[in-house]
Amino acid sequence: MSTDLEQFYEVFFEESSELLAEMEACLLGLDVNSPNIEDLNAIFRAAHSIKGGAGTFGFTDMTEMTHMLETLLDRLRKGELMVRSEMIDAFLRAGDVIKDQLAGHRGDGAADPIVVKEVCDDLQKFSEESSDAVIIDNRKDISSVVCLQAQEESSVAVETPLVEERLAGVMDEGPPPVLENVNQVVYQIEFSTTGLSNGSKDNLFFNLRQQGKVEVLTQSSGNEVCLLRLTTSMPEEDIWETLAFVVNPANLKIEKWTETEGFQDPSVYVSVAIDGAENLESIKEPKISSAKGPDNAQYGFFPGAPAAPPIENNDHPLSELTQSVNSTDQTNLVANSNLNAKAASSVETNSIRVSIGKVDQMINLVGELVITQAMLAQTTSEIDPVISEKLQGGMSQLERNTRDLQEAVMSIRMLPMSFVFSRYPRVVRDLAAKLNKKVELKTVGEGTELDKGLIEKIADPLTHLVRNSLDHGIELPEKRIAAGKLAKGTITLRAFQQGGSIVIEVGDDGAGLNREKILAKARERGLQVHDGMSDQEVWMLIFEPGFSTADRVTDVSGRGVGMDVVKRNIQSMGGRVEVNSVSGVGTRITIRLPLTLAILDGLSVTVGDQMFIVPLTYITESLQPSDNDIRTISGRGRVVQVRGEYLPVIALHEVFNIRPKSTEIKDGILVILDADGHKAAMLIDELVGQHQVVIKSLESNYRRVHGVSGATIMGDGKVALILDTTGLVMLTQ
Amino acid sequence: MSQQPATMTPAVNSVGEAALCQLNEFLTFRLGNEEYGIDILKVQEIRGYDNEAITQIANSPDFIKGVVNLRGIIVPIIDMRIKFRLGNAEYDQFTVVIILNVGGRVMGIVVDGVSDVISLDMDQVRPTPEFGSIIDTKYITGLGTINTRMLILVDIEKLMASEDMGLIDQSLN
Repeated sequence: MSTDLEQFYEVFFEESSELLAEMEACLLGLDVNSPNIEDLNAIFRAAHSIKGGAGTFGFTDMTEMTHMLETLLDRLRKGELMVRSEMIDAFLRAGDVIKDQLAGHRGDGAADPIVVKEVCDDLQKFSEESSDAVIIDNRKDISSVVCLQAQEESSVAVETPLVEERLAGVMDEGPPPVLENVNQVVYQIEFSTTGLSNGSKDNLFFNLRQQGKVEVLTQSSGNEVCLLRLTTSMPEEDIWETLAFVVNPANLKIEKWTETEGFQDPSVYVSVAIDGAENLESIKEPKISSAKGPDNAQYGFFPGAPAAPPIENNDHPLSELTQSVNSTDQTNLVANSNLNAKAASSVETNSIRVSIGKVDQMINLVGELVITQAMLAQTTSEIDPVISEKLQGGMSQLERNTRDLQEAVMSIRMLPMSFVFSRYPRVVRDLAAKLNKKVELKTVGEGTELDKGLIEKIADPLTHLVRNSLDHGIELPEKRIAAGKLAKGTITLRAFQQGGSIVIEVGDDGAGLNREKILAKARERGLQVHDGMSDQEVWMLIFEPGFSTADRVTDVSGRGVGMDVVKRNIQSMGGRVEVNSVSGVGTRITIRLPLTLAILDGLSVTVGDQMFIVPLTYITESLQPSDNDIRTISGRGRVVQVRGEYLPVIALHEVFNIRPKSTEIKDGILVILDADGHKAAMLIDELVGQHQVVIKSLESNYRRVHGVSGATIMGDGKVALILDTTGLVMLTQ
Repeated sequence: MSQQPATMTPAVNSVGEAALCQLNEFLTFRLGNEEYGIDILKVQEIRGYDNEAITQIANSPDFIKGVVNLRGIIVPIIDMRIKFRLGNAEYDQFTVVIILNVGGRVMGIVVDGVSDVISLDMDQVRPTPEFGSIIDTKYITGLGTINTRMLILVDIEKLMASEDMGLIDQSLN
């Protein structure tokens, strides 16, 4: 069976990663003073699901770790222990360890055994402490007691004293956790108890009780088979995982207690209805599962009604049981069907995993479709509208549909910014603690969507910026108070869409950049600076390679990438960085990124009979020069004066050896480019228009072409080259 | 859109089967007065020549006509007649572009017309004599003879990847 399981590994890894992220988010959101029981439950559920999965796949290290987590969490959510911030720390560290372990199973890296040991010890310590100090009072929930009494009544009749004891245990453990999902299902569980110690059985019962209401239907001390009925809202695979953890899966059988069976036995039906009533009480918007008809739900208004014991049922499942025990084939079959059920349930979730390759292929195909549609539209527009009225109508509809389709397909690659932002609460928390600073992180616009490729690439630069803000921006609490600010600093992460680009801001209300210090450092490093530089220009100096002010180096900011790498990373994504800072008020770093990697906002320009695309991010302005703006330097190089600056002129027709309409600068148009702070004016014949173009590689079938960064296909199906603006500007330097 | 070459069934010959695996079917085309043959398996499709659709690439050698959009892929177009100075580089209704798929790259070559697809047995292939030809003899695998016709068999993959063509950044290899 292990070979069968391997195909689910990837699903498990993905799921676990998501669960870990969810757990971390909950932990960070947890208020230590008044922990929300729902959050604790959510954390518990995440840990438990990971444990279940890890158990199924035999990753014992992960099961151990998650088990420790569970033990402690369970005590917390039952109120036996108080949540303390050290515990949250321990949980976070445990989450990291599980992450490492997960990576280990995936085949990259491994968890540090020393750290694992430390975290385990911590968790152990927390869960053991003051275990006797807290008085357990779980009988406060009346409805549950009623229900349990009913259960007791029902079970005692058939159970051996041993089980009675266990059931008493059920009551002591208190009510099962309140579950959000009302769609409760009754499962009939059969398993062989051979080779199980009483301790592990108790453990199993305990775990099952976490998931819902357990009724033990058969149990004689000598019997090797145990029959349970579980009323739960958990999916079948969760129960399966809980059990498979302890019981040999080959001897385990879980069946849904079907409606028809319920009808055969009215008493069971009543007990189901009572469950419904319980839910009605505990949940604001009760949804009665389809298995329970509206008539039956009415029973629920009498929660005290004793649930008759399902004794008659005993012989019926038992006969089934003997069958399954005798026939191993059958049990294997059941096990397989369970696996299938698991696979099926993951399909039922509201998202599917598709390889990026497939999505990209689809994007390409839709791109083609749009081009074909444009060509058709061009052709039909030449036909006399009198003849082709219907055709024209169809064409305009086709145009709308293709546009919608393109948008829909493009949106597949888009992910919300929360994918990146969600990691920063942790970063900020850890770092603030380390630096003894008080910092609050605000995130705005997590829903803003960005291309998946960019999301992955933006994370590292953004982390660096956040760390920088925390380390250099936010002052120590004492300093802040002295400056008349709140002791707690604020770092704001904001994302929003502006035109065709996504803007991400990292802002802090810290000390701001120090102009004099930066200028002094720049001079020290031999950079070309002068006092007349605008603030904007001074701030950009922090992106210079190796620019670091010595008195600021800490292990926090010394790590990772420098600001120049941040800038380079962002530029490689086709983005730009800006810095705004006011001394004493704060600093804001703004990143502008194109919506996707594959799409570029460009200005189409012509030189002679050729069309080129200039990436819009590099264009500051375009203008028609007059004769006296143009000067020559030593008779060859030409410069143009734009707003007091002399910019070198790049004549595109000279670079590309094209015959232009006119060689005179005054007849053409100058496009002012700004690449990495280097400016130049590019001479072209005409501006055509602004487009969003799909970037295609020229190198995949040809070679690198100087001055060209790629190609794209225009609406008429022709290829247009995209200019390598940076390369061209650098030519002039 | 793609015209499939006439027959694709590989001619399996009992004699020297292994050797024939590489030398079986050839697409023949004309460059000026000469007839050339290339391995049919390297040919992806054959298209008519459409000068309108070609975008020139600046500063490229004159035999590189430019790039075209082939269903979303950017494909360079090379005029073999200019490259090897064979005949006049005139574009008429017979001028075709053979789209090749060599070494994972797609490229098109402009030729004076495609004749047919022929099968050659080993005994129809003569070794290349040493002579100063325009195409370096190292790219010529042999001379095929069918009745009075002579085919110059070119190892198109080796030729297109060569430094002479300058189609591929050599640093990449």
